[in-house]
Amino acid sequence: MAKFIIKRIGYMLITLFIVITATFFLMHSIPGDPLAHMARNLPEQTRENYYEKYGLDKSTPEQYVIFMKNLLTKGEMGESLRYPGREVTDTLMTNSAVSAKPGGMALVVGLIIGILLGIVAALNKNKWPDYIVMFIAILGITVPVFVLASVLQYIFSVKLMVLPTTGWGSWKNIVLPIIVLSFGTIATYARYVKSNMLDVMGQDYILTAEAKGVSRFNVVKKHVLKNAFLPCMTLLVGQVSGIFTGSFVVEKIFGIPGLGFYYINSINDRDYTMIIGTTIFAAALFVFVQLIVDIAYSLMDPRIRVK
Amino acid sequence: MLVNHDVTNMMENIPDEKFKIIGIDKDAEAPSRPRIGYWRDAWRRLRENKVAFVALIILLILIFFIIFGPAISGYEFEQIDSDAINQGPSAEHWFGTDDLGRDLFARVWQAGRVSIIIGILGAVIASVVGSIYGGIAAYFGGAVDDIMMRIVEVLLSIPYLIIVILISVVTDSKSLGTMLVALTLTGWCGIARLVRGQMLQLKSQEYVLAANALGVAPIKIILKHMIPNTIGMIIVAITFDIPGYIFSEAFLSYVGLGIQPPSTSWGALASAAQQNFMFYPYQLLFPALMIALTMLSFTLLGDGLRDALDPKLRK
Amino acid sequence: MEKDKILEVDNLNVSFNTYAGEVKAVRGVSFELSKGETLAFVGESGCGKTVTAKSILRLLKPPFAVIKPESKIICNGKDVLKMSEKELCEFRGDEVGMIFQDPMTSLNPTMTVGNQIMESLMIHKKLDKKAAKEEAVNMLKLVNIPSPEKRIDNYPHEMSGGMRQRVMIAIALACNPNVLIADEPTTALDVTIQAQIMDLMMELKTKMNTAIILVTHDLGVVANFADRIQVMYAGEVVERGTTKEIFNESKHPYTWALLRSVPRLGSESKEELYALGGTPPDLLLPLNHCPFADRCEYCMPICKECKPKETVLSDTHKVSCWLMHEKAPKVESFYDRRDK
Repeated sequence: MAKFIIKRIGYMLITLFIVITATFFLMHSIPGDPLAHMARNLPEQTRENYYEKYGLDKSTPEQYVIFMKNLLTKGEMGESLRYPGREVTDTLMTNSAVSAKPGGMALVVGLIIGILLGIVAALNKNKWPDYIVMFIAILGITVPVFVLASVLQYIFSVKLMVLPTTGWGSWKNIVLPIIVLSFGTIATYARYVKSNMLDVMGQDYILTAEAKGVSRFNVVKKHVLKNAFLPCMTLLVGQVSGIFTGSFVVEKIFGIPGLGFYYINSINDRDYTMIIGTTIFAAALFVFVQLIVDIAYSLMDPRIRVK
Repeated sequence: MLVNHDVTNMMENIPDEKFKIIGIDKDAEAPSRPRIGYWRDAWRRLRENKVAFVALIILLILIFFIIFGPAISGYEFEQIDSDAINQGPSAEHWFGTDDLGRDLFARVWQAGRVSIIIGILGAVIASVVGSIYGGIAAYFGGAVDDIMMRIVEVLLSIPYLIIVILISVVTDSKSLGTMLVALTLTGWCGIARLVRGQMLQLKSQEYVLAANALGVAPIKIILKHMIPNTIGMIIVAITFDIPGYIFSEAFLSYVGLGIQPPSTSWGALASAAQQNFMFYPYQLLFPALMIALTMLSFTLLGDGLRDALDPKLRK
Repeated sequence: MEKDKILEVDNLNVSFNTYAGEVKAVRGVSFELSKGETLAFVGESGCGKTVTAKSILRLLKPPFAVIKPESKIICNGKDVLKMSEKELCEFRGDEVGMIFQDPMTSLNPTMTVGNQIMESLMIHKKLDKKAAKEEAVNMLKLVNIPSPEKRIDNYPHEMSGGMRQRVMIAIALACNPNVLIADEPTTALDVTIQAQIMDLMMELKTKMNTAIILVTHDLGVVANFADRIQVMYAGEVVERGTTKEIFNESKHPYTWALLRSVPRLGSESKEELYALGGTPPDLLLPLNHCPFADRCEYCMPICKECKPKETVLSDTHKVSCWLMHEKAPKVESFYDRRDK
């Protein structure tokens, strides 16, 4: 068991290393000068200072080494190019704290509602609850996030005026973002849970349980659910990824000063240090979530655990 | 059920010839149901699946409009008309106009070309690459398989959209080609895993072993047994992937990394319409509707195809 | 010699509603089971024996599977087909237990073996967890599983096929039911393990005086085990009798074919193993004549026109075949050929 965990952590670290290195070198391979348009009008000396400050006077491999040193020893990734003085890592921390609220809650909400709907659909196959759930699921999968966000914003903020359009601060600001962000998770889980449950319900051991005289309720509760849920854990990683990318759009539309919002801005501003920083942060987040899910899954499935 | 009582009454009256032994009638053709080939049966099943069939029809309609739409509208998609800015749908402009007075009907279908092409090409390229990769891994097995799959695993743990964004930023080109490369760079991994898994499973299936035992050459086994059984799965995977690529393209365009004007895609249209949504909702509505319809249809079609092509469901 | 009748099945008709139409899987099957008796259902795949067995516990799901209203199943004096959901749950596992063919897939992979046995005990005998666990260990001992106290916390995948089947038996017998239905219990096992399991079942049968319905396609398994045999074909019972009668005095050509198919140790000839040609009839079609007619070497015109009546040869031996009719010619039976 411990060996398994160590192996997984090993993979995680290797992946992270590859991502960081690749990102770094990729970004640095962009032709042209990152400071060019900013530093255009600056006097020579100031320019030099800037270049030195950002280490741009050194060769790329050297910069890489410095970067890694700073990252591993101090946890720093330099300063924003666009907004000098702003530490990349600090900004990331602040921004992700903001994004985590609607994002995290969307994940939880999505999971709970999605699973519940999936169970309802499986138990009422081919009857109207099934069709309604499937309809919702299909909507969630096909309607693009920015459309959903815009439509909801239109209905609730403009027409009905019950919720603010943009802004950050009160609980009212997160209602719509949570709804939008969780939709995809609800849809995915509803479909997956339903399909898994139906699969499990067709298994031989369910017949054995029924032959024992276990009531339908308990058959579902004790035999079906556990076996159907296990595989759903693996979906978690994709959901986190989905919510993360969804947040780019949601934060922009609802004016939430979070990670996604600033990421888009840095991309458009060509703020390379921020881009590198955010990318690495996001990658680390996913890889970490993947690790947690892998470990949790192996702990819960007795077939893997014993090895 | 039985006509027992009649027979009992007739007990004495059954003629003797009825009791002459005739044995097994070797010529009698058992009235069995006609044999249908795999593809014909799949097509029949697909047709029966109303939802999937409707989805297919919708897609065909969309494709029709994509090809002929701009011509039908009578406008050029780039044609600017400063007198007709931001008009709602009307008899003249069926989908209305945008902020430069361009006819939206023409633009939506023009954009559709880009979106669908990216969707289909992306999915197909990724699938072909992935299938070959997976096939090779499964064929060689052992250490080769291990290494190849480790690479896939590492690639898969990197969030897909991040790579796409990265590539787009780095190459700083927003052309179709770049987008395709970015999108397919990690897209092939999923299919590689699927194909490899399927091939490995097939390798140990009884009928492959049987073919081996009968002395069939390996290449024939691959061609006649393994590939046909995998193609169905690949087709389904492609169909399911297409909406993903369309969405990714739309998303990228939305955040500004995608197709640039004057060329356009559904995502780009949506992005441009975003700012005006409050005032001219139709500008966002139509491209969004098209995206949703297309993704929905491909997904439903994929569902139907999967059921139709699954050999275990053959009746 | 009135033995206690604990199970009575009369005119059982079960159909499946498929996309192609109504498949009549069981057509008018009737039989009885007395206390402590072992009855075997023998026949090839698809003859309806498993469907019949499952119907006793009403394990088939409407609307796909339908037990027709003219059918009757009375067990321990209760009308099974009229039971409510609650009564059915009490009935299953407590009065009738069932074991299934594939022990690999018939046990819940994420539940310990012990818990699966205990579940039955806690539902029907209302035992608390501790008492149930003790009883479960006893059951494991009963089915000859070594170190039961340790094994009780094992998961199914940690056990061999033979052991898993023993666990299935333990689960089914935990509440000491009157009837045990065994659906091809040894088909998925190696031959040596098969023998072990059959021995175990013999032992338990005597110990617990359970009546057993054994469903199998293998006549060999039945010989030393069953008291009575009923041979089924295409959803109907074509012959029934005591084991002795079926093995030594059977009269139906299908039974003969089954007997012929059993390879005999020590037979001199080098001829090919006998395999009955042809395939069973399509159950979608109504069959108003003898179902075996197309494959029977003694087929007569009457066989293809009318269904044979059930001829009573003795209290226990009955056969449905036109060869029993007085006008039918005498034919060379399986025994005549064998003893030549």
